[in-house]
Amino acid sequence: MAYSEKVIDHYENPRNVGAFAKDDPTVATGMVGAPACGDVMKLQIKVSADGIIEDAKFKTYGCGSAIASSSLVTEWVKGKSLAEAAMIKNTDIAQELALPPVKIHCSILAEDAIKAAIEDYKSRHGS
Amino acid sequence: MKLPIYLDYAATTPVDPRVAEKMMQFLTMDGDFGNPASRSHRFGWQAEEAVEIARSQIAELINADPREIVFTSGATESNNLAIKGAAQFYHKKGKHLITCKTEHKATLDTMRALEREGFEVTYLEVEASGLLDLDKLKAAMRPDTTVVSVMFVNNEIGVIQDIAAIGELCRANGTIFHVDSAQAAGKVEIDLQALKVDLMSFSAHKIYGPKGIGALYVRRKPRIRLEAQTHGGGHERGMRSGTLPTHQIVGMGEAFRIAKLEMAAENARFATLRQRLWDGIQDIEQVFLNGDAQKRVPGITNISFNYVEGESLIMALKDIAVSSGSACTSASLEPSYVLRALGLTDELAHSSIRFSIGRFTTEEQIDHTIKIVHEAIDKLRAMSPLWDMYKDGVDLNTVAWVAH
Repeated sequence: MAYSEKVIDHYENPRNVGAFAKDDPTVATGMVGAPACGDVMKLQIKVSADGIIEDAKFKTYGCGSAIASSSLVTEWVKGKSLAEAAMIKNTDIAQELALPPVKIHCSILAEDAIKAAIEDYKSRHGS
Repeated sequence: MKLPIYLDYAATTPVDPRVAEKMMQFLTMDGDFGNPASRSHRFGWQAEEAVEIARSQIAELINADPREIVFTSGATESNNLAIKGAAQFYHKKGKHLITCKTEHKATLDTMRALEREGFEVTYLEVEASGLLDLDKLKAAMRPDTTVVSVMFVNNEIGVIQDIAAIGELCRANGTIFHVDSAQAAGKVEIDLQALKVDLMSFSAHKIYGPKGIGALYVRRKPRIRLEAQTHGGGHERGMRSGTLPTHQIVGMGEAFRIAKLEMAAENARFATLRQRLWDGIQDIEQVFLNGDAQKRVPGITNISFNYVEGESLIMALKDIAVSSGSACTSASLEPSYVLRALGLTDELAHSSIRFSIGRFTTEEQIDHTIKIVHEAIDKLRAMSPLWDMYKDGVDLNTVAWVAH
């Protein structure tokens, strides 16, 4: 199993691992995947009043590529508006981490996690 | 300490230096390089003598007659020759075969091939312990059952099947009994005068011999006949043609000789190391030992770590060479079929590690392994949303997952 250097770096030094307080109204959560499939990603975003993602945290149950994909997107979404964050594509994630074909689903899952978190935010704030 | 620590002796073992030393005497011009089948000169005679000594050394470990040993390229070939050879030779007597779902792929895939030839195969379930329920085996046996194949020691979980009892059932039914002993030779007592086993497969590289050589025990009394699978010069009494690789055979013989001498002391040492490993790991929450706790070889320990994912676990354990499932299937993303057969969920089967200890494993290595495992589990659980949910008392079976 040959992982790219970037995957190994994110796996060894994952960025933004953790969770925000559940009752914080500025926080939204996206959880995707299933244990039986081998990956579950939980992505949380903290959104400012003007709709900018100020902070992000993740927890992931999954292979090294799944952990790296979620770690990477927490870095990418920070400072972006919700609309900008929604533009992040799985292909960008896969390319950045040089994921092999069998690991593309990890990048898809990371994209889904962003979308799920944004959806959660919108459903709570009615926009 | 030299890293990574090798704890994958069930996949393969290094060649014992005493074995390598011996093998080197059968390769070059200065050594006995002759073809053991050459009858016309001393080069051949000397090689033949070396082969016959090795054959006796192998027979001695398992209390068999040297004439019952047929050399092959390894346990996979032995399983193929035994099962196909017997099923095909006795096909007029019946076309029903029985094996078990937790067998090695070399057996299961051979059975699949025979199904394509028109044989009918029953794949028996195992209990949660990994052991066969003999009543289920008895119930599956029919008058037209010609071959039963069950492995002695399971390669993934190390459980020991009751070969003596299965042998009695087979003999009573007039059924040929084949046993894959790749993981058993040198680890458990094998007495083929007592066991009612007709065919038994062996491998050299699992017991500190070289890769590429194995043997099939073929019982003489009562005589078992096989349809040859490799045709040619009629070597090995026609059962397996091909020039005998003297150096490999000598290596296997030496490995078996050493095993006979050192097995008892070695097993006692492995049992201590195994206990040390398990004592150091079992205090972690949500870890489970797979397979029967008693009927097992001391060399193999298979442990499931709940709420961490298997591949990232292997990655976190990069300083110890272990495997998830067997080496043959770890390249795939599928969870181990052996652990699934024990009734483990996909998740637990995914996060299982086989630690297999061997001749060169030290106490220091086990202690370091325990430390690495603790660190890896702590790190991955701190990252795992499933662990958080478990800690919050959420039943993961009730969560509506967004599967993909």
